[in-house]
Amino acid sequence: MRVPLSWLREYVDLPATQTGRDVQEKLITVGLEVETVEQVGAGLKGPLVVGQVLTIEELEGFKKPIRFCTVDVGTANGTGEPQEIVCGARNFAVGDKVVVVLPGAVLPGDFAIAARKTYGHTSHGMICSGDELGMGDDGSGGIIVLTPEHEVGTDAIELLQLVDEVLDIAVTPDRGYALSLRGIARETAIAYGLPLRDPALLDVPAPNAYGYPVEVSDPFACDRFTARTVTGLDPDAQSPIWLKRRLQKAGMRPISLAVDITNYVMLELGQPLHAYDRSRVQGAIGVRRAEPGEKLTTLDGVTRTLDPEDLLITDDRGAIGLAGVMGGANTEIDDTEGTTTEVVIEAAHFDAITIARTARRHKLASEASKRFERGVDPQAAAAAAQRTVDLLVLLAGGTADAGVTEVVAPSAPRTISIPADHPDRVAGVVYGRETVVRRLQEVGCDVYGQDELIVTVPSWRPDMTDPNDLAEEVIRLEGYENVPSTLPKPPAGRGLTDRQRLHRRVGRALAGAGYVEALNYPFIGEHVFDQLGLAADDPKRKVVKLANPLSDEEPALRTTLLPGLLGALRRNDGRGSHDLALFETGLVFHPQDELLVAGRLPVDRRPTDEEIASLTAALPVQPRHAAVVLAGAREQAGWWGKGRPADWADAIQAARSLAAEAGTELVVRAGQYGPWHPGRCASLVVVIDGAEKVIGYAGELHPRVLKALGLPARTSAMELNLDKLEAASSGVPKGPKISTFPVATQDVALVVAREVPHAAVEAALREGAGVLLESLRLFDVYESGEQLGEGRKSLAYALRFRAADRTLTVDEASAARDAAVALAGERTGAVLRS
Amino acid sequence: MSAPNKSYDPVEVEALKPEEIERMRDEALAAFAAADSLDALQEAKVAHTGGTSPLALANREIGALPPQAKAAAGKLVGQARGATSKALAARQTELEADRDARVLVEEAVDVTLPYDRVQAGARHPLTTFMERVADVFVSMGYEVAEGPEVEAEWFNFDALNFTPDHPARQMQDTFFVEGPKGTTGDESGVVLRTHTSPVQARSMLDREPPVYIVCPGRVYRTDELDATHTPVFHQIELLAIDEGLTMADLKGTMDHMVQSLFGSDMKTRLRPNYFPFTEPSAEMDMLCYVCKGTSVGNPDRPCRTCSSEGWIELGGCGMVNPRVLVACGVDPEKYSGFAFGFGIERMLMFRHNVEDMRDMVEGDVRFTRPFGMEI
Repeated sequence: MRVPLSWLREYVDLPATQTGRDVQEKLITVGLEVETVEQVGAGLKGPLVVGQVLTIEELEGFKKPIRFCTVDVGTANGTGEPQEIVCGARNFAVGDKVVVVLPGAVLPGDFAIAARKTYGHTSHGMICSGDELGMGDDGSGGIIVLTPEHEVGTDAIELLQLVDEVLDIAVTPDRGYALSLRGIARETAIAYGLPLRDPALLDVPAPNAYGYPVEVSDPFACDRFTARTVTGLDPDAQSPIWLKRRLQKAGMRPISLAVDITNYVMLELGQPLHAYDRSRVQGAIGVRRAEPGEKLTTLDGVTRTLDPEDLLITDDRGAIGLAGVMGGANTEIDDTEGTTTEVVIEAAHFDAITIARTARRHKLASEASKRFERGVDPQAAAAAAQRTVDLLVLLAGGTADAGVTEVVAPSAPRTISIPADHPDRVAGVVYGRETVVRRLQEVGCDVYGQDELIVTVPSWRPDMTDPNDLAEEVIRLEGYENVPSTLPKPPAGRGLTDRQRLHRRVGRALAGAGYVEALNYPFIGEHVFDQLGLAADDPKRKVVKLANPLSDEEPALRTTLLPGLLGALRRNDGRGSHDLALFETGLVFHPQDELLVAGRLPVDRRPTDEEIASLTAALPVQPRHAAVVLAGAREQAGWWGKGRPADWADAIQAARSLAAEAGTELVVRAGQYGPWHPGRCASLVVVIDGAEKVIGYAGELHPRVLKALGLPARTSAMELNLDKLEAASSGVPKGPKISTFPVATQDVALVVAREVPHAAVEAALREGAGVLLESLRLFDVYESGEQLGEGRKSLAYALRFRAADRTLTVDEASAARDAAVALAGERTGAVLRS
Repeated sequence: MSAPNKSYDPVEVEALKPEEIERMRDEALAAFAAADSLDALQEAKVAHTGGTSPLALANREIGALPPQAKAAAGKLVGQARGATSKALAARQTELEADRDARVLVEEAVDVTLPYDRVQAGARHPLTTFMERVADVFVSMGYEVAEGPEVEAEWFNFDALNFTPDHPARQMQDTFFVEGPKGTTGDESGVVLRTHTSPVQARSMLDREPPVYIVCPGRVYRTDELDATHTPVFHQIELLAIDEGLTMADLKGTMDHMVQSLFGSDMKTRLRPNYFPFTEPSAEMDMLCYVCKGTSVGNPDRPCRTCSSEGWIELGGCGMVNPRVLVACGVDPEKYSGFAFGFGIERMLMFRHNVEDMRDMVEGDVRFTRPFGMEI
């Protein structure tokens, strides 16, 4: 809502010294968000005067038509001689009154005016357009031509009200009344403690039977319809400067006198109005819902197919307007031909939700619908109609018809009852009954009662429905800034949950290992599953889809973190960072087997557990995953020696470190799955409730995937289900018993077939070695056809033996080692390397 | 002690003359002093103190002397050997010190060499900042609550007093999930949560009052990515439900938060606003932590952080609307509460001078690395 300060002053006697900034500050304290104060005409300096065009000489030979004019500006130029001016505009003639800016003046935008040579003449000033004066669009498309009564030499800054301050106020959706000068003036009056001159307090004639006939068939959707008629309008009458200027400053474009007046009254009182050309309305005006398939061409020239829920204004022929949103083209006031001499004025009150839905359905937000959606004062309709009639009579020479139509559905004012100290208890401040009552009265409430207040809310505040609404009025007017600062005392908390702690540890562990976190959008296109090489029946291909995705390329939600993470890797690589280790933890989304609609539960009570379960059943499964991707060098080459490329082992190690953080036993096995290199892929296995469960994969990505996604060679990745990793956790780590007896170390090198996994050999060694084995470490893997035979490899292990209660003898340690080697031989065919 | 020497040998006795012993001693001392390395000293040691050295031989001769000469000779040789071994030890210490000094110099390295063998990792500042904010409240006794990102419309809107026709529910702001066959557009009743507030409703349904929770998380709105907007962003939500909570408690809690995050001289300001799920509602500003308000009306010292407004808009807050309490099974006659929510991205932007929203979403390692493990 744009509010010119000069207009606001009409309703509140603000001290003359108060600037727009002052008013802004005051209004902010009572809760109006005054975003800016526009200084209209800032920097404007005269002389800027009314002139009369004396002569026009058309100059030839230029690319565009140019006129050399002489203009009588009276004595404003100091000489009384005609002013010579070159002008490119063409919408004026000899004898017209225009606005002339003379040398020495400064126009908005720091545009200094001086005599200058142009098109072979010296131009001593300019004939001005509205734009050049910072007036905004006046619809004329050229220079300003004034009506003839203005005297030559008159100061045009004053005449055109070029200097003003305009408050731009962002009105929250609950406060429809603030979309009017009347509403803003009320807040201003309260903020300054000054009386308000309420522009809606007008003498309005009582309704009678002679008014224009109106039939409302849906009194719920339209609980009030006032119709007035004005005849004998001068079709040539134009909006006076003051009217145009107020509309312009408020952000509206002047159109024609009748339309300008309805807009003006809407801005003033908040009541949207509509003026029909009476000669184009046939029969009674009706209000009803649309028929299925009914059509209407609205004022904007668009033909709309109506919905049975749309509320219409009709006449005998059918629809003539979309109620509360926009009029129809068929009864439009004729502002081009200038033939309208009789108008019917509609001031009605429509149901907010009906209007909101229609405006949305037809994507047609108008000044009227904006106000009806937020709530219009139904009691102001008659006054608004009267104000419109008065202005038409005054400005267009019309005659008010004696007929007054008012169709009103009876309704009782709303009352709310609150304890007098309710605002005190909400705010934590003792205001006292007297203050509470006074503040509620200021906003327009009637208040009765002592300890228990019976509050009747004003007709313009449909938002006030609950006790806390009343509390808010008191608290905001007493000043939010005066609410003190106290700290509540919550009961002792239990800190983070184990799960939350794990999520933090996972991030720290990966970052500590050199991974950088990336938080990627969860939007994907399903083609990525082909690029990742997922089987046709892979469950990850079942996605949750968005009804309104930002991009049709990515209409689904991720079922794996890899697409986003690999995208981030590629982006970094493209930007010149080639040695990359990235991680992400986040939700992935799997649709339920059966898609359900999540119902709309009641809000007037706690939903039952069954009702809540029905919502849960309609939501996708949303487990938390963790993933890493790597490419380039894992260790840099440098003065210390060679670097080391990132590879499959790093990816698998990332899984191991997460398992360690979770306190979970992780089994790594050779695996095969979609995106991974079939020979360099590990499946990650945990035991949950006694059953083995694959919770993810790690290793080097498949060369085909790298090609399809444009990724660096040997890019490796790991992804696992963090929720399942956590579920498999063995909980609190147990303190190990430490023996202080000496250690006995034995190394063995075992030759096995190349296919035998280390894990199998290790398991056999551990089992064979028995309780004396303290630890075992693989320290070398060696392959050599020459020395070991084709298809064989040597695994070298360091075994450390120690007893809890004694120093082991060499024989004891050797016996344990031999048992270990023997079992490894039995299980895996391992033989001691000779 | 060897047995008395009865077979007296005059030639050998000659060797035990005092002058001879002194000469042996002096030769040893000279040899030690002349040794310029530990190896040379070792040679000198063998030559002058070893088993076949003159002094050792002389010592052996003592046994062969007549008893009356033994005491004097023993004393003489003993003194000489004492002096010799003392000199040897001294020289040994001296030479070892020399060697150590030399070796340590030789082993000196260029300690300014870089060691970026494995590049440092980092957590995303949005993650760590959310944790930091959450920790402020956890230390006050609040618990961290979580909820799904794909959420039922009822939790996201209805339970929070967003009426069915509230503009925020429309498809221009909210991502709707496709429903079963036969439904279109927004009919599934399932959305990507547009704020962390549904966790409020879930927490009230899950817990008995008093409830003190904080909820950090990811939220979604249908904005295109640009320098100041992203369709996927993060919020942190606070909810307190207890007997007798007031707006003053809300303000005190927020003051405590900004003091914890920005310094003890910080404070907040409430401005009236409107949100369906709170009544009264307020916009929360914090004092500009850079200029502390001194840039207001002071064109000579403009403040970029707050555009010389003196205050920075943080987010929305208010007293939980009793209608929300009812829908979530909390007795509004007995309990009241306050709630607060704000965007993490925005706060990160002004706290850390991040100028472009896109930097926070693109995962560029050059952006994230400097933030390390905690912020």
